[in-house]
Order: sequence, then structure tokens, then C-alpha cells
Amino acid sequence: MYRYDEFDARLVTERVEQFRRQAQRRLSGELTEDQFKPLRLMNGLYLQLHAYMMRINIPYGALSSKQMRQLAHIARTYDKGYGHFTTRQNIQYNWIQLKNVPDALADLAAVEMHGIQSSGNCIRNTTSDQYAGVARDELEDPRVYCEIIRQWSTLHPEFSFLPRKFKIAVTGSPNDRAAVKLHDIGLRMHQNEQGKTGFEVIVGGGQGRTPFVGKTIRDWLAPEHLLSYLEAILRVYNLDGRRDNKYKARIKILVHQIGTDEFRRLVDTEWQQIKDGALNLPQSEIDRINAYFTPPAYAQIDDETESLNEQRTQNPAFDAWVQANLAEHKVSGYSIVNISLKSPKLPPGDVTAVQMDALADLADEYSFSELRVNHRQNLVLADVPQKDLLSLWTKLIELDLATPNIGLISDIIACPGLDYCALANARSIPLAQEIHQRFQDIDKVHDIGELTINISGCMNACGHHHVGHIGILGVDKRGKEFYQFTLGGSSDQNASLGDRTGKGFPADEAVNAVEKILNTYIMVRNDGERFLETYRRVGMKPFKEALYGSA
Amino acid sequence: MVLLKNGTVETDLYTDVSSADKLPEKGAILVSLTQWQDQGDALTKRLDALGIVLQSDEKPEHIANDLAHFDVIALEFPTFNDGRAYSYARLLRERYNYQGELRAVGDVLLEQLHFMHRVGFNSFNIQSKNAIKDWEVAAADISIWYQPSSDNRTPVIKLRHDN
Amino acid sequence: MIIANTLADGFVVFLTEAHSWTNDITKGAVAETDEQAESLLTAAKQAEQTNVVIDPYLIPINIEDGLRKPTEYREYIRATGPTVPIPS
Repeated sequence: MYRYDEFDARLVTERVEQFRRQAQRRLSGELTEDQFKPLRLMNGLYLQLHAYMMRINIPYGALSSKQMRQLAHIARTYDKGYGHFTTRQNIQYNWIQLKNVPDALADLAAVEMHGIQSSGNCIRNTTSDQYAGVARDELEDPRVYCEIIRQWSTLHPEFSFLPRKFKIAVTGSPNDRAAVKLHDIGLRMHQNEQGKTGFEVIVGGGQGRTPFVGKTIRDWLAPEHLLSYLEAILRVYNLDGRRDNKYKARIKILVHQIGTDEFRRLVDTEWQQIKDGALNLPQSEIDRINAYFTPPAYAQIDDETESLNEQRTQNPAFDAWVQANLAEHKVSGYSIVNISLKSPKLPPGDVTAVQMDALADLADEYSFSELRVNHRQNLVLADVPQKDLLSLWTKLIELDLATPNIGLISDIIACPGLDYCALANARSIPLAQEIHQRFQDIDKVHDIGELTINISGCMNACGHHHVGHIGILGVDKRGKEFYQFTLGGSSDQNASLGDRTGKGFPADEAVNAVEKILNTYIMVRNDGERFLETYRRVGMKPFKEALYGSA
Repeated sequence: MVLLKNGTVETDLYTDVSSADKLPEKGAILVSLTQWQDQGDALTKRLDALGIVLQSDEKPEHIANDLAHFDVIALEFPTFNDGRAYSYARLLRERYNYQGELRAVGDVLLEQLHFMHRVGFNSFNIQSKNAIKDWEVAAADISIWYQPSSDNRTPVIKLRHDN
Repeated sequence: MIIANTLADGFVVFLTEAHSWTNDITKGAVAETDEQAESLLTAAKQAEQTNVVIDPYLIPINIEDGLRKPTEYREYIRATGPTVPIPS
């Protein structure tokens, strides 16, 4: 993975000391809250419902075991012993104290981590595919370009006060696991007719109260022009994005209002002026960054098909985990292991300090000392030899980290909701846990099959409800929590936004509504048809009838 | 409010007349875009120094052909988080090759000075009791920059390849 | 009652009769009249000015079986903590 050199390290250290001075000026009363707020936000420090919350970037989801141990140390020393992994490859601490934040940031800087631009109207953490570098379907490693974008976007002098926040995601695979069509800019690597790899550039995707699937403004962009083209998009947005209404300030509204063709024309006009300038990426720089992502020293081993099959036959619980939580590795004899953070006992995405330390040890023992964080709030050990799977699973069981539910009904995305968030209108976590409780029967879970339920506690859609196969939005209706449903959303290469079923349900009827939707699916599906495919084939009508009765 | 220019506090020689009905005959003045567009001929005949203030919704392309007439271009930040003038500044410096004084006015925060300096501003109207010290702190806060921009700082990519 | 966050640690606090701040809702001052509420708010705003707390405001409460319970569920959760257990 990428390692800081002296320049990266100095920047982060200077930033910590800068924030230490700013926090001191706030604590001494020299700065008012109004003056301090933008400064703390630019370092990822919010004031939430109960306390300050600190958000730390995990660039494109890559985490070393050393960093994971430091995250455990932060949780234990400065917080209440746990952290929350978000849908944006960040970790959040919910109980951090302002007076301790500079020390916590200094500890993070020591392991090459920070919260710079994890909030505010700037370019946020660039996100990517959690299987980057190991996926069988991958064309080229997207992390190289994520790191190039990370550096270019860090403290960008022109783009630190944009109309609104700005999110970029990159995928190097045709099967999109990074939801690139739902970002302000999505970059999809693919080959042009000459066989050269470049980027499809997608803009104006996003969720929130006005969701859009992004539009392609360039079919293929050569890698050497990546930064100048991004700079052209950002400049057009900075100049012409709306600033009169924060709900209309994202780039998706600009693209929608002036149209994709006009937006493309503005970007191209700007780009012609700066292309081939100082931002041109020489191949030597791409190669230099690429060298950090050299694959680890894999052993020359064959797939363990036979012994693995035997272990699975002997142990049905292990078999269920293998079936649900493993993905194919590009190197024979290895597997990608997904670690579910969706145990029935903890809120989605939450990990205790004890678990973090243990995960760091497991990464050292089984997976070249690296972990990944994905946008579905789960973790990944990307390089596990298949002969070690049973032993790894046994240890994960003890840590309550072997829930066999990746991609299944209880693998629910949920934002922190009103249990933690100052913006939320309703709670998300209790509903996620109730759904998990209701659907415990393993046969039923596998019978339902691939399904994403995404829950947001307000319109801002941090729980990605618009793109859940079943999306659930918590709202406040005359002082009570209600939940509205959408069906048919998806965040992959065939991204779609869910359709509203109708009026919402009070909290105590929400799980029943999920059950009615699923019973309908089981009734009307064809053999082997996933929920999403069934919905796309039959439409809303049978689901609506099940939920609300026939009209 | 003080005028911080090239790291020192200077007396502001300009009178901002951008909202005045009538332009004074003598003295250095800052005019609005409308005044410049309506009374440009008269303004160019004055002998004293001339500057223009652009509001945050007035793009510099309006004056791209007139830059030789201005000793100062002031860009207004109506609130600290309206960042359009950061782009205006770079366009003025890099695209239109403006060489004169580029002044940040309005809601200019100490913590923004380093960003503003990087995009080409070289003077700032700020609220400060000790502007020179504030400038020294702001200028020294961060010494590493990844991006090429409108100042003479060397971006990291170049430092690396020169190593 | 007046609810706020302290500046230095950020935790939720309530204003007491003595115009100090407490994490314990049972020790906070309860205003029975508009005048009392106004007077508490004035004291709280003073503490905001002097950078002791952030964003103090009044919340309505009910008293049920002798226990103070904010009437809006948002404020109830804010006053009593997350409704799901803290992971451990």
C-alpha cells in the first residue's frame, strides 16, 4: 500500500500543529464557535447529538495492521472503546473531547492518517473498490489513481470552499463495487478501441434529498490528463454551482439544470485551456505511485478445492460462511475474505477496540498485514491462503466477526441515525437490529438470497436508502418515527434509484412491512431470480398490494 | 480593518467609491464593474490610480481585455465560504496574465490567507490586531503543497523528482 | 430545562439553579413559568458568551413518576444517550 514520504508526513504533522493552535484559541475564548466551526469541520470534527464526533479518512479503504492498532488505541484512549466504519471508507469516533483532539490527531499522524477534508465543502476522501488489486475481474488497480487524486485534492487552494461537498470514486472493474455512478465524479477504468486503459468520466450522481444517477460526460480519458480534466470539472462547478440554497448546491443540480451536453461543453472549453499544462501526469509519476501497489509475495499454490470441500462438508457453519463471505482472488490458492460488521449484537459498522486489535493480529497472520474497509460498512482481508480459511474462521467466531451474511438480508447499511446524529429525524440502528432478529433462520436467509437493505435516518441519505434493493428512510411525522420504503434501488454498474412504495409505516410496523415485501417476492419470483431482478420484471404493483391492500 | 500587502501592513491609498453616485475627480479609487462599464472612458482619462472591485458573481472575463487600466483588482468574499474568487484569482493570474495587485476583500479569515496567497492574491483586507504576526503564522502553517497554482511555491511532485 | 454541550469535552449538560452545569438531568433546574425559563436562558446565553457551553436552548419536559423526561423524542435521546447499548 502507499507509504508517506517526508513530504506527506510533514504536511500532516503541520496540519495537526495548526489545529492544535486553533483548538487552543477556541478553548481560550479567542475564537467564537462561529469562527471555529469551519476550522474544526475541515479537520473532520463535528458536534453531534451527544458529543463531538471525529471522522478519520481511510483513503480508498486501505488500512495496515499498524494503522488498525492505532485506531484501537484512539478508541480506547480518547473515546469509549469503539469506532464506527461509515459508507465512505471513514471511521468515526462518537465521544471524542475537543481538548483531546489535537493529541488524537497527532497519534493518527504518526501512522499516516488524518481527518483533513473529511467534512466541509471540499473534495472528500476518494473512495474505491475494496477488492482493488486482487479482484479477478479487475482491469487495472484503481488505488494508483486514487492516491494521485488524494494528493492533488489535499488542501487544494482553489477548491477548498466549493458550493458543497464533493465526492470522487474510482473503479477498475466492470463490476462496480464502488458505486461510482452515485458520486459527484465517478471514474470507471476501461479500454478504448486501441486497447489502452483510461477513464469513463461520470458526473452528477448522488443521493441526498434529490438523488440522481450520474451521467457520462466523457467516454474515455487518457490517464495523463486525469488531473487537468478533474480540475476543469471542479472549476466549472466552483464558478457556476449554485450557492443560494444548500440543498441545490451539489454538482448534480448544476448538471441537471444546464443539461449534460452543456455541462460537457463548459468542461471541455475549460479543459482545452489547461490540458497539457502543469497538471499533466507523466508516466514516471504514475509508475512511481504504482510501485507502492506492487502485489505481495504470493506463494505458488493451487486452489485448495478438495480439502476445502471436505472442511465445508464436515462443518455446516463454516460452509455457510465460506459461501456468503468469500470472493474469488485473482491468484490461485488465495481467497478474499469479507468480515461482516453486521453481527446481531452490534450496530452496523461498529467495531470495539478489542476487535480492532485482534483484526490487526489476524491481518498480520493471514493477509500480509493489510485490511480493507468497504462502502457497505464491512471489512476485508484481501489475501488469505485457502489452507488457512478454517483456522481464520475459528478465530473470527470467537471475536463475533464471522457472521455469514455478506450480501444477504442482514448485511444492512445503516447510518448512525437519531441515536447519534444531530441531523437525523429517526433512528436507524434499532430497525436494522430488529430486521436482523426477525430473519435469523439461515435457510430462509439463503432462500431470499442476494438482497441489500439500506436505512437512512433522514433525507441526507447517509444510509444510501435510494440505492438499496429495499431502501428505508426514517422520517419524523408529528413527533413520531415513521419509515418510508423504496424498492428497486441499486448502486452497481446498472445503478438505479428505488421507487417509493407509498405512505410510511410507524416504527412498530416497519419490520412487518419488510416481511410482506419479501413474502411477495418469494411468491412472484421465477426460479433463481434475485429480488432486484424480480422487482425490475414485475414492478411495484404486487408489492404495493401486499403492503397497502388492493385499491 | 487593515491592509496587509506582501507581508506588511500598508496604508490603503484607495478610496472605495464602488457604491458612490458620483466619482471624485482626484485621488486613487476603487470602482465597481458597472461604473467601469458605464464610465470607462472618463475613468481612463483620470491621472490617479484606478482599481476595480468585482463582486462574487462578476466573472473576471468581463474585464479580461481591460486589465492594463487597473492598478488593483479587488475580489469580494461576501462570506468566507463563497469560494468563487479563488477561481477568479487563478484565471486573472494564469489565463489573463494580470500582474498587478490582487486584493482579497470582504469576509477574509486568517485561516484562509495561505489558500488565497496560493491562488494569486498578494494583498488582503483583514480584521486583525496584529496583522503582521497573523500573516507570519498563516504563511508558516503549512509548507507542503501538492498542486501547481498561481504562486511560486514548488509543488511536491517537483520536489520529489528533483530529489 | 436548558440543554447544551460543554465546549471542552462536548458532552450534554443541563443548567442548574446555581447556574452551573451538570451531566445529570435530575440535578438540572426546571422552569415552571415563562419568566423562570427566560431567566435560565439568559444565564445560559451568558455561559455561551464566556465559552463554557455551546448552543444552549430550552427543552420542554414532562415529569413522570418523579422522573424528568424531555417531551420530544429527539431531546429525550439527547438527554439520555443512544437507545442502543454502547458496544463493549
